[in-house]
Amino acid sequence: MRSRLSIFAMGVGLAGIAGLLWLVAIPTEGQSTNVGTFPGSYKAPRMPDGKPNLNGIWQAFTTANWDIQDHEAQPGPHPELMGAYGAGPAGQGVVEGNEIPYQAWALAKKKENYENRMKVDVSSDERWHDLGDPELKCYMPGVPRATYMPFPFQIVQGSGPEPYILMAYEFTSSTRVIRMNWKDEAPAESWMGWSRGRWDGDTLVVDVTGLRKETWFDRAGNFHSDALHVVERYTPVSPYHLQYDVTIEDPQVFTRPWKMSMPLYRRMEKDVQLLEFKCVPFTEELVFGPFRKRSSE
Amino acid sequence: MKIISFIAALVVMVAGGVLLTFAQSAQGQAPAVKAKSTTSPPAKTRRTPWGDPDLQGIWNIATSTPLQRPDRVSAKTVLNDEEAVEFQEELAQELNRDRRDGGPEADVNRAYNEHWMDARRLEIVKDKRTSLIVDPPDGRIPALVPPTPEVQKKREAGAAAARRFAAGMPRGPEEMSNPVRCIIRTDRPPYLPTIYNNTYQIFQSPGYVAILVEMIHSARIIPVDGRPHLRTGLRQWLGDTRGRWDGDTLVIETTNFRPDSTFGDADPSTYKLTERLTRVDPDTIAYEFTVEDPKTWTRPWTALIPWNKTQDQLYEYACHEDNYDIVHLLAGARKREKAGEAVK
Repeated sequence: MRSRLSIFAMGVGLAGIAGLLWLVAIPTEGQSTNVGTFPGSYKAPRMPDGKPNLNGIWQAFTTANWDIQDHEAQPGPHPELMGAYGAGPAGQGVVEGNEIPYQAWALAKKKENYENRMKVDVSSDERWHDLGDPELKCYMPGVPRATYMPFPFQIVQGSGPEPYILMAYEFTSSTRVIRMNWKDEAPAESWMGWSRGRWDGDTLVVDVTGLRKETWFDRAGNFHSDALHVVERYTPVSPYHLQYDVTIEDPQVFTRPWKMSMPLYRRMEKDVQLLEFKCVPFTEELVFGPFRKRSSE
Repeated sequence: MKIISFIAALVVMVAGGVLLTFAQSAQGQAPAVKAKSTTSPPAKTRRTPWGDPDLQGIWNIATSTPLQRPDRVSAKTVLNDEEAVEFQEELAQELNRDRRDGGPEADVNRAYNEHWMDARRLEIVKDKRTSLIVDPPDGRIPALVPPTPEVQKKREAGAAAARRFAAGMPRGPEEMSNPVRCIIRTDRPPYLPTIYNNTYQIFQSPGYVAILVEMIHSARIIPVDGRPHLRTGLRQWLGDTRGRWDGDTLVIETTNFRPDSTFGDADPSTYKLTERLTRVDPDTIAYEFTVEDPKTWTRPWTALIPWNKTQDQLYEYACHEDNYDIVHLLAGARKREKAGEAVK
């Protein structure tokens, strides 16, 4: 923004520094360079212990859950049944540079995942997780996908000696505990991972390991292995926004670490609360239907 | 019922990400909780920096003391020391899953052996009560109101489905219980002790108290800011919860349950659950709950359960994600039908 404004300032030449300052201070219609940026000087309100207060109900307004990379609007898998209900919106990707550095085999696997995203076969315990998007089956979405699913989540942050922050997600009532300044490694793999936090200035930095390999990043089949290491950064940038920056590292699947970022928005409705999206009953016919007693039997 | 509980347990066993926690600490440290916590507030209550009573921490709710008073102790409300030792031993023997004195069916039902047992599950409450229910005085759930024909029909349908399930012949997932389907488990209030995963973690922020329950990984986030309940048409598996502070006690009222998630299949339109949490000392919360539904029970009833501070952590309890057994149960039932078996 600054460099473009400088060029603009040169352009106006003698119009004067006072005029430029006015432009910086007050966004005017059509001045697109100010849209989507926050003043870097924002300092979040504090909890009694002096830490930034991240309490609230937050939600990403992005189509990243369909595809974290650039994507066009698309028909749903059953347009003859679902029409526009099932269709997916277009979206600008949230991946830095829009490129995910897959190893060659992994890119092929991603495409295969996409092709099979709506297939389900649980007839074998061993191959239970081989097919299909975990979201389709109402499995806990993992990190970072839980953050940018089209559902809100809530941060419950206390103050004082308790080293825990709760993050609760509406989708299938998933939860995770952020353990602050915690030393112990993940005791086992889990769907929502093992989250250890620390403060870096105004930013809550969460280091996530111990994630199960079955979670995906989106409905486009983007995936990872159990070597996944996620570092999340939650930075308050206004009273109503957190900037969410994520670094993804997985040497078994990618050739280098890569990044995603997006703002998270505070839900502002009066008395807004997390509701339940307990989706297990919505998936039983899809997942377990083949084993149901049919009236003809 | 035994088969159902065993199968429910088996589902838990195969569910991915299961980690059991066992009470390891604070045993024998906590003094007895008072039967009426509200009448004797602690001298000095911990407060959060913003002034609310501080309930934060990780708590274990296990005990062997049964919800309802067993017949054999009849009118005894509180036991003396000698009786208490005997009572605890009897209960531990009943809960013992390593004994082999019941034949093959009993053995199968005890496949979840002592390895899985929360150590605190074998201890009675410190104040030596004979039931968790403190009101009515007989320590029993009050008599049921005579059912309407509609309720009777629902109960019979439920019983028939339970029989098919127990016989290994369920028709579909909806004939199984909510825990077997991995929808709700011990996270559905009121909170009651069970064989394992009795850990609950409380978080607080200004205006909120959150209770994270290990089974099934849900958090009840309780607004404590005076806002109204959801409108009655918006029902949830865990209901809709509002809190308020009454002195040192957090009073939680929960309404808006779905018809399939009330305690004892109470009528959700008249069912009301009130829970009271009081930190009676640094290592103990007195958890008291009152259940009312004039359409189900002839009077309200109240239970009191001590929550003991633990050094354990909560771990993720995944359930539906690897619920192999629901497929095994259904596939097995279809095979048996093909072989010509029927529910006896």
